[in-house]
Amino acid sequence: MSDNTLNLTLRVWRQPNRNAPGKIEEYKISGISTDSSFLEMLDELNEQLTVEGKEPVAFDHDCREGICGMCGIVINGVPHGRGNSLDTPTTTCQLHMRKFKNGDVITIEPWRAAPFPVIKDLAVDRSAFDKIIQAGGYVSVPTGAAPEAHANAVSKLKADRAFDAATCIGCGACVAACPNSSGMLFTAAKITHLGLLPQGQPERALRVKRMIGKHDELGFGGCQNLGECAAVCPKSIPLDTISQLNRDLIASLFKGDGKH
Amino acid sequence: MAAKKPEDFFRIGAEISDKKAPDKPIDQVWQTRQFEAHLVNPANRRKLTVIIVGTGLAGGAAAASLGEAGYNVLNFCYQDSARRAHSIAAQGGINAAKNYRNDNDSVHRLFYDTVKGGDYRSRETNVYRLAEVSASIIDQCVAQGVPFAREYGGLLDNRSFGGVQVQRTFYARGQTGQQLLIGAYQALSRQVDAGTVKMFPRHEMLELIVVDGRARGIVTRDMVTGAVESHIGDAVVLATGGYGNVFFLSTNAMGCNNTANFRAYRKGAYFANPCYTQIHPTCIPVHGTNQSKLTLMSESLRNDGRIWVPKKAEDCTKDPRQIPEEDRDYYLERIYPSFGNLVPRDIASRQAKYRCDEGLGVGPAVTEIDPDGNERQVRRGVYLDFAEAIGRLGKDAVSAKYGNLFDMYAQITGEDPYSTPMRIYPAVHYTMGGLWVDYDLSSNIPGLYVCGEANFSDHGANRLGASALMQGLADGYFVLPNTINDYLADALSFPKVSQDAPEVVEAVTAVKDQIDKLLAVDGERTVDSFHKELGSIMWEYCGMERREEGLMTAIQKIRELREEFWQNVKVTGVNEDFNQTLERAGRLVDFFDLGELLCIDALHRRESCGGHFRAESQTEDGEALRDDKNFLYVGAWEYGGEGGKPILHKEPLVYKAIELKQRSYK
Repeated sequence: MSDNTLNLTLRVWRQPNRNAPGKIEEYKISGISTDSSFLEMLDELNEQLTVEGKEPVAFDHDCREGICGMCGIVINGVPHGRGNSLDTPTTTCQLHMRKFKNGDVITIEPWRAAPFPVIKDLAVDRSAFDKIIQAGGYVSVPTGAAPEAHANAVSKLKADRAFDAATCIGCGACVAACPNSSGMLFTAAKITHLGLLPQGQPERALRVKRMIGKHDELGFGGCQNLGECAAVCPKSIPLDTISQLNRDLIASLFKGDGKH
Repeated sequence: MAAKKPEDFFRIGAEISDKKAPDKPIDQVWQTRQFEAHLVNPANRRKLTVIIVGTGLAGGAAAASLGEAGYNVLNFCYQDSARRAHSIAAQGGINAAKNYRNDNDSVHRLFYDTVKGGDYRSRETNVYRLAEVSASIIDQCVAQGVPFAREYGGLLDNRSFGGVQVQRTFYARGQTGQQLLIGAYQALSRQVDAGTVKMFPRHEMLELIVVDGRARGIVTRDMVTGAVESHIGDAVVLATGGYGNVFFLSTNAMGCNNTANFRAYRKGAYFANPCYTQIHPTCIPVHGTNQSKLTLMSESLRNDGRIWVPKKAEDCTKDPRQIPEEDRDYYLERIYPSFGNLVPRDIASRQAKYRCDEGLGVGPAVTEIDPDGNERQVRRGVYLDFAEAIGRLGKDAVSAKYGNLFDMYAQITGEDPYSTPMRIYPAVHYTMGGLWVDYDLSSNIPGLYVCGEANFSDHGANRLGASALMQGLADGYFVLPNTINDYLADALSFPKVSQDAPEVVEAVTAVKDQIDKLLAVDGERTVDSFHKELGSIMWEYCGMERREEGLMTAIQKIRELREEFWQNVKVTGVNEDFNQTLERAGRLVDFFDLGELLCIDALHRRESCGGHFRAESQTEDGEALRDDKNFLYVGAWEYGGEGGKPILHKEPLVYKAIELKQRSYK
């Protein structure tokens, strides 16, 4: 807790819609509590703009607990932002103003990646991620068809690693950070999550081929192992999931059930 | 205004009852109903369209399951993806009567605990079925690849949760809701891939279409283009969550709203028990006036954390580590020795409030308005201390269990909970009330079904921990897919509804008119400033403790605020755009009316039960005092028309399988 407040200069990307050109607008804001979250600071900006009769800044957000994956803003060039700290990455909603200092100039932009077109201002369309999951990011088990939960023991180590990969929130920071706009970390997280569990085995080869095929078709770029994605991932999805994806992809080429 | 007594605020209508549960011993009700329900031939299912609003655990699971069954499903959500529904934020776990711990658990015990935890205000047939299907949920989720916590032997781990004495809670670190929702989302994605489900993300339902007394469709607004569209189907399922955001500050997501449910209410669906709201005891306290939402810390923390306040007011501003053991009041352990820190949520919340009201709260002093309208400064926080657990288990073990929660706390407050006790305070978390449904989850409007938190049936006046996920998935995976057939079996003979039918045109026009009206006000106050004011009225007069006078004051204040809203709100921009201000304004319109209904329900229920605590009805020890003689019923409200009084329909509660007792956790 602190009673400190900040006066800030915000440089915010304003773009009326997908097809219109955008530009940076500058706003001054004062008296921001350092206990506020970054999004609460933007709320205050929007209250101020509304009272002045100006259009508020559009941005996506929902749970504000760092779990739904809906928020995502590039702050001073870093997806989700870190302020002046070197702390581990977080979601935009979990970035707090105590990470900034009085007088800071903060540049606020949307995710920039061809597969994520801007809808308005800071909000982008990430439906491409849903399409990747729809291309096999699941286990085909109809409701009611499941065996007893203890029918398959799963080693704790594998279950824990599967969990680590399964914590992906689909925010898209990995794509925004990648110079190639690759969605490989996102795709690899699902491949790894399901590939490590016995339930994911029957469709493992088919899954990786279909998901990668869809990933490429949607215009995401290739992976060059730069690691920018993992460096901004708010859930610390490990970069080695991409190695897992590559291994599964190569293995699938030698398996009959990988064809479709 | 002439109204001076509670009875002036509502009218009494005819009694109602559930007509779907067969009259059988409780353990045979569900199988009998499943057998008696009419079926739809698989070849005919693709000719039938089911509209599902919401993609959380209830909606997503229902859409996936009905898609698998072969129905043509249209699934809507206001978020940009089905994966973001607020079920995702549930932390602690999901209950199931597996008895994997060999500790006397059973379907009957889960049923008993849930009815008792709900303070005997839920419908016993529905609750028994919930307990019956609970074990299948775990099987289903494991098969989907949900990475539940496991033991070294490879089997599933369990933990215990508030309000019960067995270990029946399955969990995935502190992210159980996320993992279950992703499981449902994957099942849903599979159906989108298969072509049985069509998704409509960034679409908000703004009206229900009722034709010949049946729910036949919805009107939505495309949140990107502003297009107002009608969608026609054979049945409509609302799985739209709870209404906690009527309090503005809650643990709900910012977008959670009650518009879909309230629009259905205005079209004739009964709204049951709106006053049953759950205040969660373990949330991070408010930091200041620009607070936008509250964050819950899973109550699983109460398994190892000890709750206390200083015994002396002068210690409240001290570093808690400097306060010696004998000067601390571990008040839950003191008052409730057998349950201690694991008492149900309502009790833990109210006790925290009392300590702070007594001047023993900790953390920053916040300004608030007391029920008499005076300003006061109160410290709203109590300690949740892990020092003993860290001493007993070691820091690593505590971190393995609660690490992500500790990180979250540190992130939000800037304090390290490993070295200094957390500060917590109750916050609005879950709403047990919702649209009235029968045993089949059908509302009183034929063809309108309601699942998950959006309905009222399973949690009575208070929900136990780890039961929301259970209910959402039970409804979506196992209940609705077995009950909706009974209605859809006749749907092939329903007349077709065209887009230009008068009922459809009227519904679309009503939506457009309200949008135009909101944009036309062009006043001076922001939408959020109105919402915050509504929230503070609700929290002050209709929060953890409610009184007759205060509730009547609240109703008056809400009416005045709504009046001012329509005179002075500022909604910027136009409809044909991505206009978030317009979205929030539309939701707030329904929150005003819901807030008023909530207060009327609280006013009429002159007893305390579960999350509804009427100061006038308490025991000598200050515990909630039920009045079974006068209030052993579900209060289902019928819309009384614009400006009219709502009509109360009572559904008497009948307990055959369980004995009615005064709840005691001492």
